Amino acid sequence: MKKTLLSGFVAFGLAVLPLTAQAGTVTVKGSDTMVILAQRWAEAFMKKNPATKIQVTGGGSGTGLAALQNGTTDIAMSSREIKEAEAAKIRARNNAPPTALSVAKDGVTFYVNETNKVEALTVEQLKAIYLGDTTNWKDVGGQDAPIVPYSRENSSGTYVFVKDHVLGGEDFAPEAQTLPGTAAVVNAVAKEKNGIGYGGAAYGKGIKELKVKKGHEAIAPSAENVKSGKYPLSRDLFFYLGKAPSGEVKAFIDFALSAEGQAIVTQVGYFPVK
Amino acid sequence: MQEQDLAPPVALPTLSHAARRRQLKEKAIAALITAVAFTGIAALVLILVFVAKEALTLVTDAAAREEASFSKMFLPQMVRKGKPLGYVWQPVSNVPKVSMIPLFIGTLKTTAVSMLVAVPLGIFGALFAAEFAPRRLREVLKPTIELLAGIPSVVLGFFALMVMASFLQETFGFTSRLNAVVAGLGLALAIVPVIFTVTEDALTAVPRSYREASLALGATPWETAWKVVLPAAAPGILAACVLGFGRAIGETMIVLMASGNAAIVSWNLGDSVRSLSATIAAEMGEVVVGSPHYALLFFIGVELFLFTFVLNLLAGMWTKKVIQRLKGGAG
Repeated sequence: MKKTLLSGFVAFGLAVLPLTAQAGTVTVKGSDTMVILAQRWAEAFMKKNPATKIQVTGGGSGTGLAALQNGTTDIAMSSREIKEAEAAKIRARNNAPPTALSVAKDGVTFYVNETNKVEALTVEQLKAIYLGDTTNWKDVGGQDAPIVPYSRENSSGTYVFVKDHVLGGEDFAPEAQTLPGTAAVVNAVAKEKNGIGYGGAAYGKGIKELKVKKGHEAIAPSAENVKSGKYPLSRDLFFYLGKAPSGEVKAFIDFALSAEGQAIVTQVGYFPVK
Repeated sequence: MQEQDLAPPVALPTLSHAARRRQLKEKAIAALITAVAFTGIAALVLILVFVAKEALTLVTDAAAREEASFSKMFLPQMVRKGKPLGYVWQPVSNVPKVSMIPLFIGTLKTTAVSMLVAVPLGIFGALFAAEFAPRRLREVLKPTIELLAGIPSVVLGFFALMVMASFLQETFGFTSRLNAVVAGLGLALAIVPVIFTVTEDALTAVPRSYREASLALGATPWETAWKVVLPAAAPGILAACVLGFGRAIGETMIVLMASGNAAIVSWNLGDSVRSLSATIAAEMGEVVVGSPHYALLFFIGVELFLFTFVLNLLAGMWTKKVIQRLKGGAG
């Protein structure tokens, strides 16, 4: 009995081994903002190419880029541009600079609670709020209540984007509460009536999206405004590679940039690059 | 060889074949168990060595020494131009600020809240279960509370985040929904069963004769429980509290989810906090291996280990004293 079971296992192992060896696996890791998007791409791609396995994991842009430096992922998803130090590490490892590909566009959106009277803020006002200089909603046209700012963990690409493009490179106020993931921020702002948070446009449900004021015009993070670059806080979503793409990795990237792949971008709620 | 030299020359009794085989088997089993035990110890030592080695970069590497010197970790630093010096944890800033003080305060606040709730709850619960509860109730009570220990901490964290946070904010009017109180109460849920179980075991281990003597002298059941059984079980109860404290200080998920993770220096329990363990969990994903920030996170790990180690040591010493006193009193 035992022997038959054992030999059964061995036979099963022998049968499975060549299969897994043949099928290539492409690992995609990084930005939590991009996980849903890459997952949809992977599903559609694997339906067409059953021999290839695409593994998508999140963890934040920094995580993906760190994995690329450590050589543990094929593609790093990132919602921010690579830092010079990170690029240098990859150059040293592979004797080649990292390849960057913009695969989709996104508008970083600031959210407030539905009951908040504030509709639009300027970038300067957002900066003052997140630096901790403005601490009451009445200073920016709201009711007399303390502002409760929510931020993301510092492994998040969105964190770095806001730090660079809203705060001008300065640090967030220590009072800003950091939450893991945009969904957590949205949930917090939906429950905290004096809260303010930020994240990708795809997550903007159940809360009010703030428009960004530029001069007299309040610009909403809508598809046209982001695609045309009129919305001041639009950004690219990137795939980073350790070296020039080849084989299955190239096939997957080509698919993501194809008309079909870019249609998926729109479905998910981001904006196509083409 | 040495043993033979030292031992007086006594003729060994000749063993039968079967007896010798049995002896060999015994020896083999003993060796196996020893090997397993030492594997465990070796694993522990290796983990400690690894963590300490990674943290040591802070001392050996010049760049890391510059970025995260001990004075930067523990003394006030410049935060922003025109603002007073302060303690800020911003390790990914252009000018990294690596003050440990807000993390210490955060850990202390959540741990204090959780211990303040969990210690009385656990001890009195155990006292009730061991001394006053009818047998039937006790048989239900104990496994129920122990079941609480089996709930994964993510679930407790989620409960604290979604349910307790809103409730507590409405009740106490906290400015920030996620704060030390929410995280501390979430932690307390995880610690109560630990303290309860160990305390209950310690209380039931107190000899019956103590209770009978006390009752025979005319003490009420409450006086017996409070003045005789509880002190007699003191070392066990202290062990329970230390175990609970260790869990509270090292528990990560609940704090990560429910504390708000803002590294603020403030003693207000209604403010958000960032704890040492949650900092490791939140930032480990993003660091580049070998960077000063990476070494810093390992250094936090060393600190957490040292805290629990020192506390265990102190508790062990105190327990020894108490046991000696109890023995002296009895004799």
